[in-house]
Amino acid sequence: MTGSLLLWRRKAVNIAMLTVTGMCTVVAAGILIFILGYLFIHGAASLNWNFFTKLPTPVGETGGGMANAIVGSAKLLLIASFIGIPIGFLAGVYLSEFGEGVFAFAVRYVTDLLNGVPSIVMGIFAYTIIVLPQKHFSTWAGGIALGVMMIPIAVRSSEEFLRAVPKALREGSMALGASRAQAIFTVVIPAAKNGIITGVMLNIARVSGETAPLLFTSFSNRYWSEGLNQPTASLPVMIYTYAVAPYEDWHQQAWSAGFVLLTLVLGVNVFARLVLARNRHVAR
Amino acid sequence: MGITFLCAFSILAITAYLVWELWINSVLPRHQFGFNFLRTQTWDPVAGQFGALPFIYGTLVTSAVALVIAVPLGVGSAVFLAELAPPALSDALAFLIELLAAVPSVIYGLLGIFILVPGLRIIEPYLKAVLGWTPLFSGPFYGVSLFSAGVVLSVMIVPFIISISREVIRAVPNDQREAALALGATRWETVWDAVLPFASRGIAGSIFLALARSLGETMAVTMVVGNDPKIKASLLAPGYSIAAVIANEFTEATGELYTQSLIELGLVLFALTVIINGAARLMMAASERGKV
Repeated sequence: MTGSLLLWRRKAVNIAMLTVTGMCTVVAAGILIFILGYLFIHGAASLNWNFFTKLPTPVGETGGGMANAIVGSAKLLLIASFIGIPIGFLAGVYLSEFGEGVFAFAVRYVTDLLNGVPSIVMGIFAYTIIVLPQKHFSTWAGGIALGVMMIPIAVRSSEEFLRAVPKALREGSMALGASRAQAIFTVVIPAAKNGIITGVMLNIARVSGETAPLLFTSFSNRYWSEGLNQPTASLPVMIYTYAVAPYEDWHQQAWSAGFVLLTLVLGVNVFARLVLARNRHVAR
Repeated sequence: MGITFLCAFSILAITAYLVWELWINSVLPRHQFGFNFLRTQTWDPVAGQFGALPFIYGTLVTSAVALVIAVPLGVGSAVFLAELAPPALSDALAFLIELLAAVPSVIYGLLGIFILVPGLRIIEPYLKAVLGWTPLFSGPFYGVSLFSAGVVLSVMIVPFIISISREVIRAVPNDQREAALALGATRWETVWDAVLPFASRGIAGSIFLALARSLGETMAVTMVVGNDPKIKASLLAPGYSIAAVIANEFTEATGELYTQSLIELGLVLFALTVIINGAARLMMAASERGKV
């Protein structure tokens, strides 16, 4: 009697706990669907062509857009990519092709640490090395902050994809008389091309939403920012400023900007993961 | 080939430069307050008094709330995805959850301000009816609070816990499961007694990684934490965090001592995350080695 009661209890616990784990998953996935749904409905509703073509209007005046912020974000990402991707990629080549011993271990370890540095601390770093000596905010400073953030991810993803290239390819090309460098640059890297491009795209998508490192480096600007030496508006900072401001009209603009930013970020993510690197583990 | 070495070396150089810059640009408060900077509660820029304790407290408390919510949710989902769900469903859901990790922080802040805070105002009476007897859920509630920030953070870190834990649980050898099942264990008993203990170090590593992320999280916290540098027992009271005070006050800080105090806060945050991250990496490495 007690035996069957115990068995019944065990079965009940089994079903109950398994259901709980299922519910956890439903909640976690439900949150994403809710976020996407809400942003799409709310953001798309207030989105119009002006958003992409007009400058922000002063408080109280309706209309206007964030054209300067979109261009500003593009400029920041361009600078960041020119800094972060070459350094990170070449360091990744070093780690995958020559990466043994204490030095390589130290580089990997420090890369992981750098990856974990809070983004706001990167902002302080760019502030102390650029804004402080120059005594003004600039697009450069913001771009450099984002660029440094890109390095660790670029290192890890390129190392991982290069390592996945079979050894036979390296040996084969060297047996045909290629030097080590020729083998790497003409055979190994082209073989890992898709993975590397995926890594670059995900990397850009990640930093494109970063706000904290821009607050006191590229700052903000209500007008067009000329060249790279002036402060510039950017989409994430605009979302922040508009969301915490007390004006209903600005909140709508914040939703539109959030919608545009999220569509870009998730679009790149889906494309890169599904099309370029199917079923491959992607480094974070 | 020299250039690849140079790039690898530059990572060490950049990190060293980062630490150096944080250090030399926070000399003033270190000189003036010493360790009292970390121990005192008064943050009064006008009087030139800078004590970091309320920010350290807020950072730790919001992250603790986030972990209390995110760990059961994350590990539960990871178990479901790794052990129960059919592979196709598991991969599809894992993909969705990875996307959740790609959503920018400022978007979470936006949703926090306009959805979570009004939502919590509705739930708050029920929350108080159940938990109001503890000091943690006492006092007035304005919507923005340490608790709200913790909830937003939990949503942000759950994807990390799920995706890493799922990988770790999947890597547990099948022998473990088969042995337990053969002894007559139920599915849940197998998971609880044979699989999870085997994966525990890896799961702990994923939790530490998530913790490091939530400690340094800036925008979403800044937008819902209330920005009030006081230490209160209640989670429903507004608070502040290290990252949030840097984000809010850096551009308007007047005087070198003020700016440098904020930079020293950055240094504190940097040290905290480096320690937690280092611990997480060690645990993950240990769990990889345990995988015979």
